[in-house]
Amino acid sequence: MSKFKKKKKGLPAISTASLPDIVFMLLFFFMVSTTMRETDLLLKKPVLPTASEVKKLEQKSLVSTIYVGKSKDSRISGDKIQVNDKIIDVKDIPSFIFAERAIRSEDEIKFMTTSIKADKEANVGTILDIKEQLRDINALKVSFSTTKGTNLKSNY
Amino acid sequence: MARRQNSEINAGSMADIAFLLLIFFLVTTTMDVDSGIARKLPEKTPPDQNIDIIVKEKNVLDIVVNRNNQLLVENEFVQVTDVKRLTMQFIDNGGGLSAPKDGKPGEPCDYCNGNKLPTSSDHPTKAVISLQSDRGTTYGMYVSIQNEIEGAYNELRNKLALKKYKRSYKDLLDDYKNNGSESLKNKIDFLKDSYPQIISEPEPIK
Repeated sequence: MSKFKKKKKGLPAISTASLPDIVFMLLFFFMVSTTMRETDLLLKKPVLPTASEVKKLEQKSLVSTIYVGKSKDSRISGDKIQVNDKIIDVKDIPSFIFAERAIRSEDEIKFMTTSIKADKEANVGTILDIKEQLRDINALKVSFSTTKGTNLKSNY
Repeated sequence: MARRQNSEINAGSMADIAFLLLIFFLVTTTMDVDSGIARKLPEKTPPDQNIDIIVKEKNVLDIVVNRNNQLLVENEFVQVTDVKRLTMQFIDNGGGLSAPKDGKPGEPCDYCNGNKLPTSSDHPTKAVISLQSDRGTTYGMYVSIQNEIEGAYNELRNKLALKKYKRSYKDLLDDYKNNGSESLKNKIDFLKDSYPQIISEPEPIK
């Protein structure tokens, strides 16, 4: 009675042949849409203020970032300034900018922008000191880094 | 001797390799776009140069913020949300003549929609915003005020752009970014010159 032999039970295995393709697609998406993380924060991650009239920073390679925020150690009070991978004093900002300029070509220098990523609880005094230092060395393009949003109430 | 058959390469571990790469990129990269309020700092003047510029009191909008994040605009206690309206009123007042330029005498502002009060600013090109902050003001407050001032200028430029070119200011800027033609640049420059941003930040209160 082979005609009525029961068919083999069980589902056929799902083909995983296209799995690499899917994963590669994801991989390329992430490679294209993200940028390398350049610094490790030594400060508490600054909570950026919100603003509605923001401009996107073009040409990421010409941006030097200055972080301002509280120290990770809660016993240390006051605002700390971080560039690259170290915490510095306000007076060292010119040398940081000069170092940034040195690795770029002559005609790119005038397009260089300094992005200040400061915590919304930071003191304006610190920011104004930084601005003064930047003025001293003619690094006049500044961007106050913010998150885009309309709820300004959360800033203060 | 039997010829060896070319066996197929096993591709089963391809997915694992790709996953490994994917996770590596997920961990080491960031996705945040850096955006913010762009500002151009004023140039330093040589110390031996005397640069006292005399500006009429009525052409200056005084914004003062103290260490408790309280705001005074022209000596009146206001909220941050009022700053934009007050700034726009002040800039767009157009009560007098513009500054004489290239030997030409000053002209009245023909594009202003303000109340033309004699006590407020003469002309958008003369109107100065003065933002004095305390060293103890929080940064969030400072950015909010800067944002409101920026917003006031953008809205005024936008109004003029709609009236003159039937397009929004943002539209023009976007277009210029994509294909920068000379005529677009002229239009944007005209709008910027009509409402130039003159923001003065005096020494902070100690």
